[in-house]
Amino acid sequence: MTAPTAPETGDALLRVRGLKVHYPLRGRGGRGRAVKAVDGVDLDVPAGSTLGIVGESGCGKSTLGRAILRLAPVTEGTVEFDGTDLASLRGEELRRHRRDLQMVFQDPLASLNPRQSVETILSEPLRAHGLPASTERVAALLEQVGLPRSAARKYPHEFSGGQRQRIGIARAVALEPRLVIADEPVSALDVSIQAQVLNLLEDLQEALGLAYLVIAHDLAVVRHVSDEVAVMYLGGVVEQAASDDLYDLPLHPYTRGLMSAVPVPDPDVEDGRRRLLLQGDLPSPADPPSGCRFHTRCPFRQETRCDTDRPELRLVDVTGAGAGHRVACHFAEDIEAGRITPHEVTPEEAAGEPTDPAPDPVGAAG
Amino acid sequence: MAVPTTTSPTPEPVPGGGAGPATPGAPLLEVRDLRVRFTGRDRAVTAVDEVSFTVSPGQNVGLVGESGSGKSVTSMAVMGLLPRRGVEVSGQILFDGEDLLLADRKRLDRLRGREVAMVFQDPMTSLNPVVPVGTQIGEVLQRHFGMRRKERRERAAELLAKVGIPDPRRRLDDHPHQLSGGMRQRVLIAIALACEPRLLIADEPTTALDVTIQAQVLDVLAELVDEAGAALLLITHDLGVVAGVCDEVNVMYAGRIVEQAPRRPLFRSPAHPYTGGLLASIPRLDTPRGRPLTPIPGSPTQTVPWTDACAFSPRCAHADDTCRTTSPRLEHADGRGLRCFHPLTTPAALTKEL
Repeated sequence: MTAPTAPETGDALLRVRGLKVHYPLRGRGGRGRAVKAVDGVDLDVPAGSTLGIVGESGCGKSTLGRAILRLAPVTEGTVEFDGTDLASLRGEELRRHRRDLQMVFQDPLASLNPRQSVETILSEPLRAHGLPASTERVAALLEQVGLPRSAARKYPHEFSGGQRQRIGIARAVALEPRLVIADEPVSALDVSIQAQVLNLLEDLQEALGLAYLVIAHDLAVVRHVSDEVAVMYLGGVVEQAASDDLYDLPLHPYTRGLMSAVPVPDPDVEDGRRRLLLQGDLPSPADPPSGCRFHTRCPFRQETRCDTDRPELRLVDVTGAGAGHRVACHFAEDIEAGRITPHEVTPEEAAGEPTDPAPDPVGAAG
Repeated sequence: MAVPTTTSPTPEPVPGGGAGPATPGAPLLEVRDLRVRFTGRDRAVTAVDEVSFTVSPGQNVGLVGESGSGKSVTSMAVMGLLPRRGVEVSGQILFDGEDLLLADRKRLDRLRGREVAMVFQDPMTSLNPVVPVGTQIGEVLQRHFGMRRKERRERAAELLAKVGIPDPRRRLDDHPHQLSGGMRQRVLIAIALACEPRLLIADEPTTALDVTIQAQVLDVLAELVDEAGAALLLITHDLGVVAGVCDEVNVMYAGRIVEQAPRRPLFRSPAHPYTGGLLASIPRLDTPRGRPLTPIPGSPTQTVPWTDACAFSPRCAHADDTCRTTSPRLEHADGRGLRCFHPLTTPAALTKEL
C-alpha cells in the first residue's frame, strides 16, 4: 500500500527514535546493571499502513509496543506521534493523546473485565473521553466487528475466543484512533479462527484508515498483514524491509534462520528445504553479547568485527533488495553474494561457553 | 555404556488375556473404536468417539485438531492417564496385541516409561521443580532397569548430550527453573527416551516454544525416534509440523476422526471440508503475499452432536439437509478414510453412492 519510508522522511504518523527501555537490576551484583529489554530502536509507521514486528519471546517486541503507548517506562529516546513527543507528555495531556493510540491485547479473556457487559466495555472508553456512548454507537461498533446487536447485553465468558477478540478490537476502534498496536492479536486463537480476525483487522484498516503496529511471533501472520516488517533480536531491530522484500530476500543471518525454521503445511516443501538451524537460546538481555547481539549463534560469524562492533541498521547494496531494505549485519553483502559460507555452530558456542577457536572458512570479507 | 535394549515385551503372562507378542508387520498400537465419556452429576460429555487408528513400528503418526477436538483425551486414554472416576472408556487400545484398557495398574506401571513414553506440552508442569533434572532422568532408569547411582548419572549425562544440551555434566545438577523452555523440553525428551520405548506419544511437544527452538526440538525428536526405531504418535494443532514429521495423519473434529490419510495425499488433496478449510485459512510463507485468507466461519465450539448429524455441518459451506440429519460414517478407500457426504475432492475410489 505505502512505499517504505526511509528514516529521514518526516511524514510518518508514528516516529520512534533511539527508544530504550532498561529495567535496572537491584540487589547483590545488580548495581549499575539493567535488563535491556529494548535497546535503541528506530521505527516509522506511515498513516494508514501496517508495520509488523516479529521476533521470538524475549526479543523485546511487546515491551516496545507498550513503551510506545507509555505503558512501559521509556529510559531514553523519543516517540513522536503526529509531531508530538509522547515521551514528554504527562497526566491529562497524555490521556487525551491516548485517544489516537489504542491497543489490542493477546488474550481477550484476560484483557476484558469479566464483570462488565459488552455494552459497558465498549462504552467505557467513549465516556472516558467525553463522547456520546449511546446504545446506537455500541450497536454500530458491534456490527463493525461482525457481532450481533444482542451481544451488547452479554458478558465476555459467553463468547468464544474469536468473538472475544472481536470485542477487544471493537473496544480499540471505539475512539476512532489513528494507530492501533496489536500485540499477538491471533496467537491465542484456534487455527480456524485466526483468519477471521486477520481479515477483520484488514477490513477495519480499509474502512477507518487505521495504521497498525502488529507485534507477533508468527512470521506467516506478520507477512500476511504487514506492508513493512521489522525483525527484532535481543532488544534491537536486525532487519527491516517491505514485507515482500524481506521474505523474498532475507539478508540477516537471524532472519534467514527464523524463516527456515517456520514449518510449512506442505510435505513437498518440508522435505525439500534446506534448514539453517540456529543453535542455542536467546542470551540474557541483562548481559547481552558484545558487538553484534547475534554473533554467539550466527553461522556466518567472522573473526573480526562481529564480536566487537555493534552493527548499525543500514541500507544495503544487494541486487534484488528493494529500496529501504535495511540490515544490521557487517557482512550482509558478502553473505548474500556467497563469499561467506555458513559454518557449524556447536551448542556450546551458542551457549556462550569458550571453545577452541575453530578455523573459519573466511571468504573475501571486507 | 551398555543399556538393556528393547527386544521383546516382558515375557510374563499378560493379565486380561491379550494376544501376546505381535506377529511381524502387525501394528504396534491399534486403537479400535475408542470412546471416552466424561460423566458428570447431571450431564455426560462424549469427548472422543469412534476413534480408530493404528501406529506401525517405526511409523510417525499425527493426530491433528483444534482445542476440544479430543486429540489430547485420546492420548491420555492410550497412556491410561484418565481418572478412573467420572470417566467411561470403551473400545480397545491394543499395544502389541495386548489390550491396555484391560491391563491392571501393575502391568501399566511396567509398560509406561519402559515401552510407551510420553512428552507433554508444558515442561514446567511435567518436571518436578524441586528435583535436579539429572535425578529425574535417573528415576526412570532406576525404576525400569534397576541401575545404580553412578551408572544412572553416567547414562543421564549421555542422554542430555544426545538431546543437544551443552555441558550435560554440569546440567545434571540444575533444577528445571535454571533451564530455558527449549532445554526443559529436551530434558523431557531425554526422560521419555531413557528406556528406549517402542512408542513415544508427544502431545504438542513444541507448542510452547519459539520457532527456532521448535525446529531444534523437532529435529532432535525425529532423529532420536528414528535412531531408536521407535514409533511416534504426535498430537498437534500445527499442520506445518505435521507436514514435516508425520507419515500418517488423522484429522479430528469434535471428538471423531474426520479424515485419515498418508501426509502427501492429505496435503495435496484434502477431502474433508474441515481439512481443506484449515489449509485455506492459514497464512503461509511459501505462497505469494496478498492471497486472501478464507476462514472457516463460526468457531470449534459451535457443534451439533455427531449422533444425529455431521458435527461440522454448522460451519461447512457444503452442508445440506443430509449433513444436518444423518451422521456420516468413516468410509475407507484407497488407503484413506473420510467422514463426509460431500468431499472436496472425489477420487474415483472415494466416490460412493450415499
